[in-house]
Amino acid sequence: MSSLLEVEELNVWFDLPHGGTLHAVQGVSFTLDRGERLGLVGESGCGKSTTVLGLLGLLPPSAELSGRVLLDGVDILAGGEESVRPHRWVDLAIVFQGAMNALNPVQTVQAQIAEALEVHGLASGRAARARVGELLESVGIPRERGERYPHEFSGGMRQRAAIAMALACNPSVLVADEPTTALDVMVQAQILELLDALCRDFGLALLLVTHDLPVVAQLCDRSAVMYAGEIVEHGPVDALFHDPRHPYTRLLFAATPDLHANGAPVSIPGAPPRLDRPLVGCPFHERCDRAFGRCTLERPLLRGLGGERAAACHLNDVPAGVV
Amino acid sequence: MSSNGRLLEVDDLVVHYPIPRGLFGSAARRPQQVVRAVDGISFSLERGELLALVGESGCGKTTTAQTVLRLVEPVSGRIAFDGTDITTLPNRALRPLRKRMQIIYQDPYESLDPRLSVRATIEEPLLIHHAGGSKRERAELARDALERVELTPPELFLGRYPHELSGGQRQRVAIAASIVLGPELLVADEPVSMLDVSVRAGVLALLDRLRKGGLGILMITHDLSTAARFADRIAVMYLGRIVEEGPAASIVDDPQHPYTKALLSVVPRRDPRERSRPQILKGEAPDAVRIPPGCRFHPRCPVAIPDCREIDPALEPAGSGHGHRAACILAG
Repeated sequence: MSSLLEVEELNVWFDLPHGGTLHAVQGVSFTLDRGERLGLVGESGCGKSTTVLGLLGLLPPSAELSGRVLLDGVDILAGGEESVRPHRWVDLAIVFQGAMNALNPVQTVQAQIAEALEVHGLASGRAARARVGELLESVGIPRERGERYPHEFSGGMRQRAAIAMALACNPSVLVADEPTTALDVMVQAQILELLDALCRDFGLALLLVTHDLPVVAQLCDRSAVMYAGEIVEHGPVDALFHDPRHPYTRLLFAATPDLHANGAPVSIPGAPPRLDRPLVGCPFHERCDRAFGRCTLERPLLRGLGGERAAACHLNDVPAGVV
Repeated sequence: MSSNGRLLEVDDLVVHYPIPRGLFGSAARRPQQVVRAVDGISFSLERGELLALVGESGCGKTTTAQTVLRLVEPVSGRIAFDGTDITTLPNRALRPLRKRMQIIYQDPYESLDPRLSVRATIEEPLLIHHAGGSKRERAELARDALERVELTPPELFLGRYPHELSGGQRQRVAIAASIVLGPELLVADEPVSMLDVSVRAGVLALLDRLRKGGLGILMITHDLSTAARFADRIAVMYLGRIVEEGPAASIVDDPQHPYTKALLSVVPRRDPRERSRPQILKGEAPDAVRIPPGCRFHPRCPVAIPDCREIDPALEPAGSGHGHRAACILAG
């Protein structure tokens, strides 16, 4: 049985202005099922946002892309950006961090959602207005508020409006790129509750892109941890926290402060490697507290470890206690 | 100068921002409206102590920090630094004190001048305050400051420019520039929120070491998890007031104010098994122009009683921690 969304060996390269190429996404693969919530998590520059822009066909012209994006088994990337377009918003919708950028400031919220419906031939006139009302209510905005302009909304309400707009064409996958990063913790909780309800009630699949591990831990079923352009570990969120199989996952959790945990968080020394030159060995070996000889020479591949789990670390080949 | 008193004492501080009425408003003689950004708050800070002011955007935490440093003028109240009332001190008299109180900002990409080398960045405060002596002595102080923020060996960093540094290194340079004058008070406004998670802890550990060395730190943050780990005391602000204050552990483990309780309940935990039962408040805080009467939190409070609409509660001892206080008639 195939998944709703399958991303296979996605690669993205950027031409740099001063020559050279940056290999921003390096062979990323993952799957997403109906109603499932996957957290794509990592720090700045790890390639998580580039990955989703790539699979939505939203990369700038300076980018080169390879790989397959299968939606219900059909490769929507086969014809390049052109072949993704009919699926964007209709099957795959996206919500960005700054909701202000997603909304047109000179149009009422209702008018722009109605326009989206009309452009896609889903409804017009009175039917469109009725549908907009439903959409707004489904994200917790009173119908009549649709007659206001985006600047009259608070940050949380704008993000809700952006979600309503994303839902206009009944997509099966919602991609949310740092949807709560600019929001206060209480408003964040409101938006996370909303996303949770949308997945539960409408079977929406969520691809949540974030740097915030606790948000993923609380909202997602599975998570893929990205580092230096690749997925280094992948599995159910509970397993990633309680039994990480890549040192980066373990250290990233240890660097994350927690309300009730004992002890202070510990930072990870060093910085990620540059992606504009070929990587030798494991991309994490210079910062890893358990690196050994092989890690400096040979790049570990993402390997299945059973039970929906995978990690790209040589330690998983070594019997416990040897290194 | 005495050094046995409190480093910083803030008493009933009020800061208002007038809202421009516009031409029509002025002509119609509409009453001047004000944003009551800080609406009567009191707190103190000791040497070697880190106090975290936490709250959501618009609660007045940043205005409080700026007013403490006299970067914003208060309407009323009193600010005493090391026993000296600085509330209305003229700039000239304030200047020697400014050396002793410094600030670091959220965004090290904006706060550092891209044209200045690390060395020039750190030496600039010395030049402004005519401190540091000869050129050689200044260079020595800069090197020393870099070592204190763990950018070592200093020679590796002195000649670099901000664009050659990572986010964490930039924030360390900003901290070096703020401690080179040997201040006693450091205001840190969201010092790590722009940094990657993997480097945040290092910068916070650095602030912690400076605190242990005797620096008093007033940290502004929206991140309760960070405050819980690094602050000695936490003051929770809501709509221009401190609604609860006390030892960090006591606030986190035994919150007394309904707002603090709700806020703590929605902080995502990193362990998926610790799925919190979030107590999500509806809506958002009203703006600070129309502050509700009585307890300013009552319209959103899940446990409000009729009295809460009338009584504006003061901070009173509550909970088990030493010095734990809450502004709620139901707490205690």
